[in-house]
Amino acid sequence: MSMTATVGRAHADPHHIGRAAEHEGPAPKRIVTAYGFWIFLLSDIVMFSCFFAAYAVLSGQTAGGPKGSEIFDQKNVAIETVCLLLSSFTCGMASIAADVRNRLWFYLSMAVTCALGLIFLSIEFREFADLVARGYGPSRSAFLTAFFSLVGCHGLHVSAGVLWLLTMMAQVFAKGFRADILRRMMCFALFWHALDIIWVAVFSVVYLLGSGA
Amino acid sequence: MLGKLDWSAIPFDQPIPLIAGAVVLVAILAVLGWVVVKGHLPYLWHEWITSVDHKRIGVMYILLASVMLLRGGSDAIMMRVQQAIAYQSQGYLPPEHYNQIFSAHGTIMIFFVAMPFVIGLMNLVVPLQLGVRDVAFPTLNSVGFWLTATGALLVNLSLVIGEFARTGWLAFPPLSELSYSPGVGVDYYAWSLQISGVGTLVAGINLVTTVLKLRTKGMNYLRMPMFCWTTLASNLLIVAAFPILTATLAMLLLDRYLGFHFFTNEAGGNVMMFMNLIWAWGHPEVYILVLPAFGIYSEVVSTFSGKALFGYRSMVLATMAICVISFMVWLHHFFTMGAGPDVNAIFGIASMVIAVPTGVKIYNWLFTMYGGRIRFTTPMLWSVGFMVTFIIGGLTGVLVAVPPADFMLHNSMFLVAHFHNVIIGGVLFGAFAGFEYWFPKAFGFRLDERWGKIGFWFTFLGFYVTFMPLYIAGMLGMTRRMQHYDVAAWRPWMIIAAFGMALLSIGVLSQVMQVVVSIRNRESLRDRTGDPWDGRSLEWATSSPPPVFNFAFSPDVRGEDAYWDLKAHAKQQLLESPEPEYRDIEMPRNSPTGFVCAFFATIMGFSLIWHIWWLVIVGGIGAFATFVVFAWRDHDEYVIPAAEVARVDRINREERRNLVSMAGAV
Repeated sequence: MSMTATVGRAHADPHHIGRAAEHEGPAPKRIVTAYGFWIFLLSDIVMFSCFFAAYAVLSGQTAGGPKGSEIFDQKNVAIETVCLLLSSFTCGMASIAADVRNRLWFYLSMAVTCALGLIFLSIEFREFADLVARGYGPSRSAFLTAFFSLVGCHGLHVSAGVLWLLTMMAQVFAKGFRADILRRMMCFALFWHALDIIWVAVFSVVYLLGSGA
Repeated sequence: MLGKLDWSAIPFDQPIPLIAGAVVLVAILAVLGWVVVKGHLPYLWHEWITSVDHKRIGVMYILLASVMLLRGGSDAIMMRVQQAIAYQSQGYLPPEHYNQIFSAHGTIMIFFVAMPFVIGLMNLVVPLQLGVRDVAFPTLNSVGFWLTATGALLVNLSLVIGEFARTGWLAFPPLSELSYSPGVGVDYYAWSLQISGVGTLVAGINLVTTVLKLRTKGMNYLRMPMFCWTTLASNLLIVAAFPILTATLAMLLLDRYLGFHFFTNEAGGNVMMFMNLIWAWGHPEVYILVLPAFGIYSEVVSTFSGKALFGYRSMVLATMAICVISFMVWLHHFFTMGAGPDVNAIFGIASMVIAVPTGVKIYNWLFTMYGGRIRFTTPMLWSVGFMVTFIIGGLTGVLVAVPPADFMLHNSMFLVAHFHNVIIGGVLFGAFAGFEYWFPKAFGFRLDERWGKIGFWFTFLGFYVTFMPLYIAGMLGMTRRMQHYDVAAWRPWMIIAAFGMALLSIGVLSQVMQVVVSIRNRESLRDRTGDPWDGRSLEWATSSPPPVFNFAFSPDVRGEDAYWDLKAHAKQQLLESPEPEYRDIEMPRNSPTGFVCAFFATIMGFSLIWHIWWLVIVGGIGAFATFVVFAWRDHDEYVIPAAEVARVDRINREERRNLVSMAGAV
């Protein structure tokens, strides 16, 4: 008998289903962390899907207020989209820099990611402020309620992402590329890319479909 | 400065909540005083409050659930008494108080009794059954528990400061909108569920990752104990369904706080969207609760029949089938709201289809018992009682799933009887069975069987006497949530139900008594072998209570019923595994993060409810600071030296050697 206690052999796997791939035991920490964070992201996407569903139900309910095609500015949205997609690229650069332990490139890519995120947020904020100033705030109609909530929820996530990004930069500055910091960096990168995916959906469902209608 | 909060928030004119609140406050202060005076505070802080050990967190979950069961049960007693005496009279409860009671009863029983009870049992048992040292994210686990506790605290605060929702446990708009519920009741409801919902989501992510990524060597999917499978299914449902609740409550709160129009009557809001969203969460929620209970019955029935679970693979299939189908039936909660016959038919059939895998499970338990050597211990009594009771509940469920029948029965006492039938007979009986079954594992001594059986019989009979009359009252046309009524035919059934409530209460008190008596006699009830029931899965392979690291070395599993096979092998060969080479073990460090998070969450929740905006900001900054401080720590693990592991394990092995030699002698 081996030094690790062997448990159970009386009627081991009569159909030989388990033979093909004998389970090797607990996964390494990096895998476990990433896996758990993926599951969180999926749950977050479920939450977004509710706001998408609400938008789909309410997008025609303008209650005498403006329609989507009357308030969406496609140039703004195009700039926003470019910022966010580019920031996903620079975030990828930051991940690579962290993997090869290059501090300069890490700080640089993270700083650019942060700047692009902030530009995105400021454009979105201006769009919102402008709409409110024209009397088209979220309480004007159910359509605007759903629009502000869906887009705002994404914006909130980006804001949280920026806070997290700054915390990550500070952590690398103070502690270097430690294993646990790298795991967190991986989660942050997953989060940032997921925001991009959600933005593609927002862009298509809200702005593209809305401008046509 | 204090937002909407002033002295009028405290209901000085209502004696019942004030007296109840005062009694609870005195009790809490007495316990706190005793803890401080006796010098137990450091022990509590270091060993429990800051603990990240899954077993301790599981025990705290169950403790929270038990305390809240008494609170929710008191609400139930008040309602049954009210309906027994409110025939052609106002009864003793004013309408607005009665409405708060039934809303609080439902909210508390689902979110703060059933949920923490099953999550606590899963936390306690699943890592042990999988042969691992802890869950995937131990500190997060502690955060999840303490956020649940925050939610429970807010609900109880509403008893004395302000009011609770008068809307029913799902707060349907437009009743829950600001124009119809201008008080803070709905805000208490929504914020306490938002905060505890985050805790539940965290627990779900944690357990899914644990089951999928942390199993010990050789623990293939089709060797996992049934409870691990149902845990996986239940937590997958949590991860998929709880974000819907979060989003729905967020929309309701936006309507209430910022004048949005998701569910309002005016400006294009859509009330039916709330029904769809809340039940898209709410129906899976039922299975989130009952699937772990199914797992518990599987473990209990197989252990006390001395047989492997019949049809293990069909059981796995049935579990996952229920997991999927439970997402496709939500609309049966509003058959009568005009979705049309086609939609109703589809959802009616889907609702009936879910009875098929459930039936598979029932037959599997029956065939597990067939030809087995059955021991009627208390957990086994709960399981058999469940099978009888749950079948009745399931059959009435299929009845209500027929849309034409539902048009007659919806919102009636029949419905109330049906869901109490399945939730008490399914979830609560399962929770009690699991409590009795795993108590010796958690604390190292068994529970007193005599008081346990008394508790079972009173609860079992009390359940039937309480809820069968409600079926009849429903058939006689009585609707739910009635504060008083004038129909003479209903009255006898309400009186019988109130009598049944008394029997149920005796059952609950007997169970309290059981714990008290067992603690007093703990020396004679001591479990020295770690395996008091002759169990079959790995949690019985370690000592009771298990050491903090659970297993001195990682078990290598070679088949189903891992521990049973090991024992059978040892008995046949009259030998045992040689001592392994002990290694240092790294365990996660205790952390106050969870408690501190909950502290700030409580502040934020309370100040949001009362519109104290500066305090909201303080709470938010505190929460972010906690996050940064937690991220900044350098050492999150400590090492248990091999010598210490060996010392602990040798004691356990000595006890086991005695067990095996005694079994050999027999």
